[in-house]
Amino acid sequence: MTAFVDVRDLSVDFKTRNGVVHAVRHVSFTLEKGRTLGIVGESGSGKSVTSYSLMRILDAAGVIAGGGISFDGVDIAQASERTMRDIRGREISMIFQNPRAALNPIRKVGHQIEDVLRQHVQADRSNVREKAIEALRAVRINNPEERYHSYPFELSGGMCQRIVIALALACRPQLLIADEPTTGLDVTTQKAVMDLVAELTRERGMAMILITHDLGLAAAYCDHLIVMKSGEVVETAPALELFRNPQHAYTKRLLRATPHGTGNVRDLLPEDAQPADAPPAPAPAAAVTPLLEVENLVKEYPLKADPTGVFRAVDGISFTVGRGESVGLVGESGCGKSTTSAMIMRLLDPTSGIIRFDGVDVGAVSAGKFASSPYRGRLQMVFQDATDSLNPRFTARRAIADPLLRLGARGDRRSMPRAALDARVAELAELCGLPAHLLDRFPHQLSGGQKARVGIARAIAVSPDLLVLDEPTAALDVSVQAVVLNLLVDLKEKLGMSYLFVSHDLAVVRLLCDRVIVMKGGRIVEEGGCAEVLEAPKQDYTRALIAAIPHPPL
Amino acid sequence: MDGTPQTSAPAPRASGGIGRHMLYVLRANPMTLLAFVLLTLFLVAAVLGPAIVPHDPLATNAVNALKPPSLSHWFGTDDLGRDVFSRVVVASRLDLAIALSAVALSFAAGSVLGSLAGFYGGWTDRIVSRVLDTLMAFPLFVLAMGIVAALGNSVGNIVLATAIVNLPFYARLSRTEVNIRREAGFVQAARLSGHSDISVLATQIFPNALPPMMVQISLNLGWAILNAAGLSFIGLGVRPPTPEWGIMVAEGARFIVSGEWWLALFPGAALMLAVFTFNMLGDGLRDIVDPRQRS
Repeated sequence: MTAFVDVRDLSVDFKTRNGVVHAVRHVSFTLEKGRTLGIVGESGSGKSVTSYSLMRILDAAGVIAGGGISFDGVDIAQASERTMRDIRGREISMIFQNPRAALNPIRKVGHQIEDVLRQHVQADRSNVREKAIEALRAVRINNPEERYHSYPFELSGGMCQRIVIALALACRPQLLIADEPTTGLDVTTQKAVMDLVAELTRERGMAMILITHDLGLAAAYCDHLIVMKSGEVVETAPALELFRNPQHAYTKRLLRATPHGTGNVRDLLPEDAQPADAPPAPAPAAAVTPLLEVENLVKEYPLKADPTGVFRAVDGISFTVGRGESVGLVGESGCGKSTTSAMIMRLLDPTSGIIRFDGVDVGAVSAGKFASSPYRGRLQMVFQDATDSLNPRFTARRAIADPLLRLGARGDRRSMPRAALDARVAELAELCGLPAHLLDRFPHQLSGGQKARVGIARAIAVSPDLLVLDEPTAALDVSVQAVVLNLLVDLKEKLGMSYLFVSHDLAVVRLLCDRVIVMKGGRIVEEGGCAEVLEAPKQDYTRALIAAIPHPPL
Repeated sequence: MDGTPQTSAPAPRASGGIGRHMLYVLRANPMTLLAFVLLTLFLVAAVLGPAIVPHDPLATNAVNALKPPSLSHWFGTDDLGRDVFSRVVVASRLDLAIALSAVALSFAAGSVLGSLAGFYGGWTDRIVSRVLDTLMAFPLFVLAMGIVAALGNSVGNIVLATAIVNLPFYARLSRTEVNIRREAGFVQAARLSGHSDISVLATQIFPNALPPMMVQISLNLGWAILNAAGLSFIGLGVRPPTPEWGIMVAEGARFIVSGEWWLALFPGAALMLAVFTFNMLGDGLRDIVDPRQRS
């Protein structure tokens, strides 16, 4: 008697320009109906490729090179394309990472669900609409009759992901594969979506494979976990067991690197890579002199639907950042935190309000003219998406040198001699832990963590006083995140900068910041020392944010 | 370069340099290789043409008129006894020069207009776009004919006319390519590095729009050659006895009925081959200028 899903000794190869890449090597696991399996690993570990082979949707360069996959007695590796078409969607279904990309942007969501139902002959013309609405209701969408007529762009990210779940579950499949289903969603939305998926799969007795890089999330929703690294399974164990008693060194490292509400930023690093010094103590709150003062900052956008009306993205906020202080700006997407940071960075003009930097009203110079302001070099930023923030035509060296070429070493617009420039770039690269031989690579030849380092090196090149960090680790693997966070702490200590850390992840903010500001709907709802706010939140909203962080069962 | 393909995955190496990358593109894509070989052939003919041809392209010889292709006259002779092969080879310089300068002109002007429209948006965009729309509302060849007829019959005016009718394609393409990158992260980062608007546009955004523009340039070169030949064919622009493919086809067409096919066929074939070359070249050029294709 074979298991419901039985993957045995699976190997997948990809043919590339530089030869064959063994993406998955000798992976075996089994899964029974009604159980959930988590596949955890960092990018490039082969976790997605494994699941794609289950549905046989590898791209053209990929082949199943060895081993077998059996699903409910069907040999997936050998099955005909016709059989696979029947199995996909009806027997095995998948939820993808980016819900907006998974939906057809110009088709009503109701019709998209109908398409699936009809493709698999689950409904006919007379009852298809009814069934589609029922599928929407099943994923807890309010007013399904109305939402049936919505287009994806009219819905929020969380709603779109519910639609994708409705699509995936419409034909009552027996196995659901969820590939990073909540990446890019807010923590509260993530909790709602995952709770929904867990409840639906339990109700219907389905099997689920959850693919994620987030150990906390996997532990919260799976019975059994397998940990993958470079295409191989390094550990497989029941979820609780894995957390209480990890066997493999890699699993231990992953567990350490996941921020979980206790300890300091050094604890994230592997034991053998611990620096000798303890992390610097937070600056005493009273002693700091203000570097940045924001008063009654407002940003309004005209509404498209009603030209007389306005939307207040930032609604009269005031706060200060002290010299040498780290302040966290936390909130869910759409709360105005990115707009706020863009205004402080003088990339965007505020509608009203004052931005005072080092005693000078820098908001008085318009964003368009700020490039030539003497304050330009003192205000710098590290962007959320390192890939997007690097010019694809510039090598790492050129990218880091760019602010130096325009602004000079101290932002004083004094041009540097060629040799000094090279020396400074090399110094910055070393400071940020970027090996010198990588400096001549283009962004696409660098890994995510390396690109993040280039972004940081560029931002600190002109020795800024205030550095805005816009979710600098959101796109990184946890182990890389751990290293980058430690780098940021060290840099702050060495260079005496102030940080404004913009993030939705309270667990990360706690590690890096002295104070935290919680924003919602363009306003500040709570503000205070990091420990106070996280341990004794005063507002319901803050409490909800904290509660939504998936906790590993420690 | 050793000739053996690498079978095992080597460690990713630092940027291999443009020369090595060109070799890779040429080897990976035989069509691109063929296009580059043909292009080299045309360039050699254009540069060295008058020096290497066996006969004077303008020397008439009534005794030898309308002779079919032979060993001494590979492509035969025309009604005045001129050597068709020599004329076809020598003509490549004029035809390529017209096409190249016309395309260079429309690329330069179109890129500037389109980039400004795409970067600033608003009224700049509206005015530029509507002017381009108006230009495109005319049948392009008729517009080119009109320009040459109005400005006068000269090579310079053919170049100008060809440049004007091609301008909207570059402007539209660069407008879109610049527009989608206007808010990109690296553009914001460049502003933080102290770049002004124009500097962001010229040094950061525009170079990223180059790969698709290269395809456009290449396709356009072929089209520009056809356009110039077409104008000459109907009697505008280059005048006989100057060797030019369009005129040669036009003159030769009169003799096809009487069986002297070589007069029109060979310049026509040269024209076709040139257009074919430039059309094939596009993808290869794009791969070469795009650093993301390098690894």
